[in-house]
Amino acid sequence: MTTKKSEKFERPDGRKVDELREFEAKVGIIPNADGSAMYKSGDTIAIAAVYGPKKMHPQHSQNPEKGTLRCTYNMNSFSVSERIRPGPSRRSTEISKITEWALEPVLMLDKFPNMVVDVHVNIIQADAGTRCAGINAAAMALAHAGIPMKDMVSSVSVGKLDKTIVVDLSKEEEDYEEGEGPTDIPISMTHSGNITHFQLDGKIEPKQLMEAIELARKSCEKIYEVQKKALKDSINMEEDA
Amino acid sequence: MTEEHKRTVVIPGETIIEGDNYLPGDGTEKQGKRIVALRYGLAEEMNKLVKVIPLSGVYQPRRGNIVIGKCNLITFNGWVIDIGTAENAFLPIMETPRFVSKDRLDEVMKIGDIAVVQIFAINGRGIDLTIKSKGLGRIDEGIVFKINSNKVPRVIGKEGSMIKIIREYTNCNITVGQNGFIWIKGDKIEDELFAKRAILFITEKSFMDGLTDKVEEWFKKNGGVKKENKRYEDRGEENDN
Repeated sequence: MTTKKSEKFERPDGRKVDELREFEAKVGIIPNADGSAMYKSGDTIAIAAVYGPKKMHPQHSQNPEKGTLRCTYNMNSFSVSERIRPGPSRRSTEISKITEWALEPVLMLDKFPNMVVDVHVNIIQADAGTRCAGINAAAMALAHAGIPMKDMVSSVSVGKLDKTIVVDLSKEEEDYEEGEGPTDIPISMTHSGNITHFQLDGKIEPKQLMEAIELARKSCEKIYEVQKKALKDSINMEEDA
Repeated sequence: MTEEHKRTVVIPGETIIEGDNYLPGDGTEKQGKRIVALRYGLAEEMNKLVKVIPLSGVYQPRRGNIVIGKCNLITFNGWVIDIGTAENAFLPIMETPRFVSKDRLDEVMKIGDIAVVQIFAINGRGIDLTIKSKGLGRIDEGIVFKINSNKVPRVIGKEGSMIKIIREYTNCNITVGQNGFIWIKGDKIEDELFAKRAILFITEKSFMDGLTDKVEEWFKKNGGVKKENKRYEDRGEENDN
């Protein structure tokens, strides 16, 4: 077996190791929602809708101290080539919870006691990195809904393919089998650089992990700029209309 | 609104302005020397006070607001009215303009009736309403529809200029609730629908400069005839900004 040096490592789609897929963001795509956004990265498309703050029902789940964030992640049955069974699954409930945990630290929900903010994330096309795309879209949708927030959240998945650290894995790269195999590390962080969500699936050395976090930091900065632009542009769009 | 203080779109976590002698207003926070936005909206600086004007999101009730809501429930001492907020609003029997017998509550308002009410207190338990002032109470005739509550100031216009134009051209009485519900009452249903179309036009073009002139133009184009109408009463017109 040939062991490739990290300089010579080539990604299946010819990207550089620190190069993100072509990505795009849009705000205000669902007229009936209080806030909505779309985030697209390569062939992964996530749409998020925010409803509320509204009264929490049933009453026994109300929290009189602060509001609740309730996220629902759903992958549409047509989002992958092999149709997936619609409805909640073990995976989607887990990612819903992860999305909540990634976003809650920046939200100022103490102003909305006994209330709930509903975030619905739908993946309409999937090609790896759906949870990160979902978090990016949800963060924009929450801002668009006018929920008080301390900061924005951007999310990206960093991966280790054999020995090389690369950013924003595609499905093809996620299934990489050579050498040490693939390691997937989705990371979410605020604009100020605090990490709100971190997952690791695979094996990695501490030193390389720090490298991966640094790479995520740089990539999140790029994503933040796009999120910011999308939010600002949504006003100008209405001006032209 | 015209002079130097320019308005810019800000996103949560963004620094609006840097300097020692600025004061943080609504939707902002002071972090060291920086004034940071806590929500998405238009940032404005006036007399060293920096605030963010919301552009989206649900209606936030304020004391003194005149709103339109639907009677949901009759209790032994008042009515529960849905005004589009998470907290239910309560209109106690004591806040009616004349004496009402406790077993004749439905003479004033039945379940399903729509009324113009004023918020007179917001406390920990909920919102308290009153119909004691002039122009408040049950709606018997006309049409009621909802627009985005963030566009209410645009529909009213500077010192009621916009609403005055619509009244003059359509010969209708118009009451705008701060929660986005609008009640139109005219002699003919055609007039009412015409006024509704005009208001929907305003909400579509809400970010345009010189909107009042555009609306006059729209009326001329759509065959509106200006009439001198002295019947209207001024109400529901406090502009929060």
